[in-house]
Amino acid sequence: MNALYLAFAYLRYHWARSLVLTLVTALILFVPVATQILLSTSERALVARGDATPLLLGSRGSQLDLTMAALYFSDERPEPIPMREVETLWDSGLAVPIPVHTAFSSGGFRIVGTTLDYFDFRDLSISKGRGLSVLGEAVIGANVAAALGKSVGDTLVSSPENLFDLDGVYPLEMPIVGILAPTNSADDQAVFVDIKTAWVIQGIGHGHEDVVTAAEVAAGSEAVANAAIVQYQRITEDNIESFHFHGSQDDFPTSAVIVVPNDTRSATILKGRYLDGESPTQLIEPASVIQGLVDRIFRIKSLLDVVTAIIAVAALAAIGLAIFLSYRLRAREIATAVKLGARRGMILRLLSAETVTLLSLSGIIAGLSATIVSRNAEAWVGWLLALGT
Amino acid sequence: MIKVSNLTFRYSGTSFQLRVPEFSLQQDERVAIVGPSGSGKTTLLNLIAGILTPEAGQIDVAGLDVAKLSNAARRRFRASTIGFVFQDFALLDYLSARQNILYPYRITPALTLTQEARDRAEALAASCGIADKLDRHPAELSQGEQQRVAICRALVAQPKLILSDEATGNLDPDSKARILDLLFEQATEAGAAVLAVTHDHELLPRFKRVLDFAQFRETATA
Repeated sequence: MNALYLAFAYLRYHWARSLVLTLVTALILFVPVATQILLSTSERALVARGDATPLLLGSRGSQLDLTMAALYFSDERPEPIPMREVETLWDSGLAVPIPVHTAFSSGGFRIVGTTLDYFDFRDLSISKGRGLSVLGEAVIGANVAAALGKSVGDTLVSSPENLFDLDGVYPLEMPIVGILAPTNSADDQAVFVDIKTAWVIQGIGHGHEDVVTAAEVAAGSEAVANAAIVQYQRITEDNIESFHFHGSQDDFPTSAVIVVPNDTRSATILKGRYLDGESPTQLIEPASVIQGLVDRIFRIKSLLDVVTAIIAVAALAAIGLAIFLSYRLRAREIATAVKLGARRGMILRLLSAETVTLLSLSGIIAGLSATIVSRNAEAWVGWLLALGT
Repeated sequence: MIKVSNLTFRYSGTSFQLRVPEFSLQQDERVAIVGPSGSGKTTLLNLIAGILTPEAGQIDVAGLDVAKLSNAARRRFRASTIGFVFQDFALLDYLSARQNILYPYRITPALTLTQEARDRAEALAASCGIADKLDRHPAELSQGEQQRVAICRALVAQPKLILSDEATGNLDPDSKARILDLLFEQATEAGAAVLAVTHDHELLPRFKRVLDFAQFRETATA
């Protein structure tokens, strides 16, 4: 008890030294644990989303880019594939195809044009408002709502992709009709619209004033369309009828198609159909792509572990040296204690009480910090994985 | 109080040798030890306190043959029988004056910290004129105040013997006499004998007896 009293008195009096030692030790303990927690949570999150996406159809090229774009709505832009691929899959009767169009963004978040099947497939629920029902509407992820301070009834404007692209990609104002419940996945960071809305943003579909009015038709006047025609930037009840698409929907683009086969047999048959290396499309298993990525990350992590271990040993040696020097500086105090009748054991107890107190405080700080990381790991990992989208 | 006879001591690996054929100190006596540096004055204090053990001879303190005591018994004896006052005060910077006075109670099981001990610490501080400075740390005290704290610490466990090693060596001339008088005054109140090593010949008249280590010099440097 006396040893503890003196230890506390010493640590309190030399509070700056004690604080530095405590924090440095806490950091040495915390960093590897936190890294481990975040990495294993990342692995679980990555693999889980990969596992939950049986097959992915997209243009031939980097499988990782395709997976990252379709599953994590990353910045990667795989070459789009035509919607006829979706129709082909429907026609096969072997799977449910879910197109995912991820070419545009709004307020720094990716706009995901898809179909209602996506919400069922990912088991997404609406926490506020309702789901998509009309062209031009948006349902936003929980993090988008929090980050942009948007709620149901507000609007979002799609970001123009290129200032000098006069041909299309006009900003479209989209009313927010629903907010998704958080899932700690990339879906929290996305703005969901119907794929047709994505095509409107792309300029494939649009709405504008009538080129000829009924009166002009009745008068038989010649219709001349020019740039003076007002093109709508927002889809409303009044102008929705004027929105239309040019060309065949089969040719319209989608970034990728999530393919949900009916069963293993259907999956095998489908995989066989897309084996042709000359085909412009490829059917991949995101789980194996993600696993490859995770394996790579963990190979790097093992290298990181060695570096962390070396740094930890060096830092612990520095702390040990600091404590040793502190003991040396207290040689006079120890000599006084011995003269006054202290046992060697008492002096050892006093010095170890200080060390144990410091280590305990560091352990508590590291433990509490690790608990905070552990409790928030899923949310943070979800946010980290969605970074750069 | 102290009876030393035929004492010899030598630090291993050195030519230093201390030989004290006879020395005694009575209860309530104040004795000064003078002599050149390196003659073994502090060594004698350490032998009397049981910090060092002699090669031969007898050291009898308060009826105990210190040389024959076990290590643990010597520590208990030191904690309960002897009060130390050092030249550098040897106060702990991280403890307040109050806790410095009570320090012996914190480091040895031979002493138990009771309310009575706390009251005694307060009373000693009051009689040494530092009652209002008990919550200050040594860095906030003057040298004279620090030595007063050290005297209170030496006396708080009511020892029978005060060993003072150049207790006034770091003080200005005015403070020296005051501190020594205070030490004697407190020792008298506690009924303790004082054996003090000093280089300060101006202070010698205040002692009842002076032991000049020059008489041991021949043997001490032999």
